[in-house]
Amino acid sequence: MAAIKGRIVVDTERCKGCAVCVAACPFEVLALTRGVNGKGYHFSFMDQPERCTGCASCALVCPDSCITVFRQLKKQDAI
Amino acid sequence: MKQEVRLMKGNEVIAEAAVRAGCDAYFGYPITPQTEVIETLMEMRPWETTGMVVLQAESEIASINMVYGAAACGKKVMTSSSSPGISLMGEGISYMAGAQLPCVILNVQRGGPGLGTIQPAQSDYFQAIKAGGHGDFRMLVLAPNSVQEMYDHVFLAFELAFRYRNPVMILSDGVIGQMMEKVELSEAVRRLTDEEVTERYGDWALTGRHHRNRNIVTSVQLDPHIQEGVNDTLLEKYRRAEREEVRYESTDCDDADYVIVAYGSAARISSKAVEMAREEGHRVGLLRPITLYPFPTAPIRELAGRVKGILTVEMSTGQMVEDVRLSAGCSVPVEYYGRYGGMIPTPGEVYEALKTLLIEKQA
Amino acid sequence: MSMAEVCNANEQLVYAKNSLVTDNVMHYCPGCSHGTIHKVIAEVVSDMGLENRCIGVSPVGCSVLAYNYIDIDWAEAAHGRACAVATGIKRVCPDKMVFTYQGDGDLAAIGTGETIHACNRGENITVIYVNNAIYGMTGGQMSPTTLPGMVTATSPLGRDVKLHGYPYKIGDMVAMLDGVCYVTRQAVNSPANVRKAKKAVRTAFENSMAGKGLSLVEFVATCSSGWKLTPVAANRWMEENLFPAYPLGDIKNV
Repeated sequence: MAAIKGRIVVDTERCKGCAVCVAACPFEVLALTRGVNGKGYHFSFMDQPERCTGCASCALVCPDSCITVFRQLKKQDAI
Repeated sequence: MKQEVRLMKGNEVIAEAAVRAGCDAYFGYPITPQTEVIETLMEMRPWETTGMVVLQAESEIASINMVYGAAACGKKVMTSSSSPGISLMGEGISYMAGAQLPCVILNVQRGGPGLGTIQPAQSDYFQAIKAGGHGDFRMLVLAPNSVQEMYDHVFLAFELAFRYRNPVMILSDGVIGQMMEKVELSEAVRRLTDEEVTERYGDWALTGRHHRNRNIVTSVQLDPHIQEGVNDTLLEKYRRAEREEVRYESTDCDDADYVIVAYGSAARISSKAVEMAREEGHRVGLLRPITLYPFPTAPIRELAGRVKGILTVEMSTGQMVEDVRLSAGCSVPVEYYGRYGGMIPTPGEVYEALKTLLIEKQA
Repeated sequence: MSMAEVCNANEQLVYAKNSLVTDNVMHYCPGCSHGTIHKVIAEVVSDMGLENRCIGVSPVGCSVLAYNYIDIDWAEAAHGRACAVATGIKRVCPDKMVFTYQGDGDLAAIGTGETIHACNRGENITVIYVNNAIYGMTGGQMSPTTLPGMVTATSPLGRDVKLHGYPYKIGDMVAMLDGVCYVTRQAVNSPANVRKAKKAVRTAFENSMAGKGLSLVEFVATCSSGWKLTPVAANRWMEENLFPAYPLGDIKNV
């Protein structure tokens, strides 16, 4: 299977650690950090980044709009 | 200016004035004795001529909140009601003052408390002047005493409402609302276009976020420091109004030994009592506040320094008399005479009260 | 820090915060549905190019400060009066996209009258109704939509229908009114539901701009603080308990 590769960036200071994204991720990519951000929240991060497909499920359900999603272009699409 | 003379009822003339003043919308609910306002508007169908919106709401609560919404868009909006209905509007009026929105509210007063009577009274003075709703705010209050002034005050009220971005009340009563008089109607002022509204009020009104940051119309400030600042802004406006907007009419006061202070229909009745007193050789004058807030404190204080006594006449159990006493200080006796509960004093009763309470006492 | 993340050369951007969602950090509790619903609205306004013509009306309740989060013009209404305020706005500005944003306490308790009459008049506005079966801002009291047996601060032994009546299905009720063109019940608990919700809000906004009458989009939503659950558990509780009482889907679409 030609795996689609994705990547997310979490605005860690905006994240409140609600973990709704963790539950929504179909590939169990996400987890909450042990450490905390400036507001004291365990924020979301890619625990298993290699499994991310860039499907944006996490970003869709994120109440605080803190997730940006990227997806790798296929070889022929790449510039 | 081209003028038209007509014989009209006080309530009907409000509708005529609204359309001619370039009012954008009227929202109201039927209640005696002011229902002719919305009835006349519905008959006039101004939406077909000037584009003015007229809507019968499901309650006075809805009316005032529709007024809030339309006023938030920088539009000229008004409503009308009578005493119990104005009580229902109290919350909305407070929100409008807090959010600094202009609007005109007509109260054609009837006797209370409670459902009371549908007959005329002036028993909402406290409500209009002191407590139109919760929180630290004031309404500017105009008190017409004729059908002509009902007409003129609509124009003046809109002018003041936008000058101060604050609700303005026309405090009338069932006498003035229901009586018919000759009235001179001025030429119509056209409604502002959306572009003109944006140009004039675009810094605060909800005109759409074109080339500017979003506008927010709100009266909530969770931070007390900010709320205190809002209260300061309001206070500054009220102090300015107290300096610049006091209006009153003084008749026969120059040589007066006694002065009657009365507004609205009580002032009409009192002016006849003044005539009766003069015919019998008593030097009596009449001071008629036209603005009840800001109150004509200075002229009353000045009179108190040179007359022997002041009689306040009102169709209530004694409300404005408190402000007359505050204005007069302790230098001169300030007495009260009134009928209430829908009863209207006669000029003879007023003259008798003047004699009993002041003239004969001091003789 | 803003999300000044740049695509790498071999990447495409799939999803980013909509520019109409402001940079203000929302005051809502972690996981609160309000944030997701705000985002859905912002995306629809943006997709339809209505940002300069859209006026929102925020209520009293948790979303009283909604105007801090979506970059459009806003009016804040008195408790329950949003539909009357929106009526005033829409009547004098018929070319604007006007919507209210109200919770179950605001819309279905104190504001029932204003809501039903705006529906009945067929005002060309959209009502976004967030139903989480509880008063959030005042600390978790019973609302008209609280489920029988549900424990809240004012029904500590659970809602007793003999004492407090039954959950109020106002969406079903207003669907009977001729002035209402569209009533739908949505949720934002899963990616699929967020996508559906966005379509529903778009349909509603299109109806409002086309002058078809009033559209009401009910969101069955969570209040993890009021329900005393984690956000993830709150979603699960909603699916198991609220969805059967308030089933998702279109109630009316004409």
